[in-house]
Amino acid sequence: MASGEADVLDRLGSGLRALGAWIDDRFPMTKLIKEHATEYYAAKNFNVWYGFGVIATFVLVLQLVTGIFLTMNYKPASADAFASVEYIMRDVNWGWLIRYLHSTGASAFFIVVYLHMFRGLLYGSYKKPRELVWIIGMFIYLCLMAEGFFGYLLPWGNMSYWGAQVIVSLFGSIPVVGNGLSEWIRGDFFISDITLNRFFAFHVIAVPLMLVLLVVVHIMALHEVGSNNPDGIEIKEHKGPDGKPIDGVAFHPYHTSKDLVIIVVFLIAFAAVVFFAPDMGGYFLEHANFEPANQLQTPPEIAPVWYFTPFYAMLRASAEQAPRRRAHGLCRAAAVLSLPWLDRCRVSRSGIAVACTRSR
Amino acid sequence: MAPLVKGCSVAESTGFTRRHFLTVATLVTGGAGVVATAVPFVSSFNPSARAQALGGPVQFDISKLERGALAKIEWRGRPIYIVHRTAEMLASLGKDEAMLRDPSSKESAQPTYATNEHRSLRPEFLVLEGVCTHLGCAPLPRFEVAPADLGPSWPGGFFCPCHGSRFDLAGRVFQGVPAPLNLPVPAYRFVNDNTLLIGSDTGNS
Repeated sequence: MASGEADVLDRLGSGLRALGAWIDDRFPMTKLIKEHATEYYAAKNFNVWYGFGVIATFVLVLQLVTGIFLTMNYKPASADAFASVEYIMRDVNWGWLIRYLHSTGASAFFIVVYLHMFRGLLYGSYKKPRELVWIIGMFIYLCLMAEGFFGYLLPWGNMSYWGAQVIVSLFGSIPVVGNGLSEWIRGDFFISDITLNRFFAFHVIAVPLMLVLLVVVHIMALHEVGSNNPDGIEIKEHKGPDGKPIDGVAFHPYHTSKDLVIIVVFLIAFAAVVFFAPDMGGYFLEHANFEPANQLQTPPEIAPVWYFTPFYAMLRASAEQAPRRRAHGLCRAAAVLSLPWLDRCRVSRSGIAVACTRSR
Repeated sequence: MAPLVKGCSVAESTGFTRRHFLTVATLVTGGAGVVATAVPFVSSFNPSARAQALGGPVQFDISKLERGALAKIEWRGRPIYIVHRTAEMLASLGKDEAMLRDPSSKESAQPTYATNEHRSLRPEFLVLEGVCTHLGCAPLPRFEVAPADLGPSWPGGFFCPCHGSRFDLAGRVFQGVPAPLNLPVPAYRFVNDNTLLIGSDTGNS
């Protein structure tokens, strides 16, 4: 009996190995798994700050899955959009959960990405040779903002409508081409059914495709140079006799099992918001957005959704200050993009930049 | 890629220059094809024929609009404000000019028949597009004089909730706010004593 079972397992095992070999002759399956997981070495002294990349990836998948399920009941037309969201909330089985996961996921995405970037700044993760990892990350952030902006119009609430009006008008303030450009973006002379329809297309396919592609490129670039670590030691420079970095451990199973714990902790906090405070007191879902879009009435309490707050002050500048503020904003964007070359200090050893000696 | 001219001048082998010619020709033709293909896609983003056809003139009966009241109607997806101004409201227009950026509407958008001190055809009826010249929000009517939140110098007018731009009772913009210009005045005319037509002004002088 027992020997019979072992025999079956043996034959199953050798069958799977044969299948694996058959695939490996045609597709680099084992090679990819080795390069990016079982023989990809990462520093063993990561602290909790290094967990936000994996949480961001997890939230991306969560947004893609919940987003696909939302599109099955959402109608991207100005006459139907608001009612279809109410329908999802009230009549679709578990629709409220799927939508709250998606809306909370949007805010969570920004929180996690902001913390991920903060880690990069804190430990100098953008420095040579990781400049491209940082720059690709900045493009991901841009895509994420576009994704958040397009998605915010879809419920067709009054805050959706006027938020879109403000941001699209922003393009209208570009000299010469501005007016034509904002008309081109809207496809109409005002935010209309046509605009909603195309923002839906951007939100559910164009931007997510770009986002996923950029995330793949971001991870490929990272795996080429390897993560840094809180102590700033380049693990590739210290290899043992077997050619493996002595300060590193294989990503799988060591880091993946740590990452699972991190994801579980994240999910506890995330679920608390989804189930007990999905509107987060008006920060995640703004109260004026529970009214349908009204093109004659800007909400009296209008304010951008929290993750765009840093840019709000720039828009409040008076017309006299505006050109200076605009130049200021562009300079800041340029500075963040060129950070790897602006900051010439050595990677700090303690997480706090102590001595800033020139390394080049 | 080696420059084309070098290959031509050396001309060691006909194959070398031929290869370059073909490469450049393929790139140019292919590039032109890509650009030509992009035209319909880029152009499909512009307002469609249907979007352009919508938006004819609209009528409004002003006989029921009380003095001091505001009516909002929609024209081309935009809010249009019609205000029946009182004598006090009109009198305030002469007093606030020192606080305004463009008091005589030199840079702002309005038809010639509204380029006057009250920015309207008939002094008592103000017709404005409720579209903030900053980023397009609809400013809120705040006709009360000197309320607590707008300060003691507030003469009555419009306040934009988005970024705090202020306009007086002729839609003229104040200094030190984000909006650069006065609220636009659309083309309009009076069909008869009680009927206002917005979006057409043939017959106005």
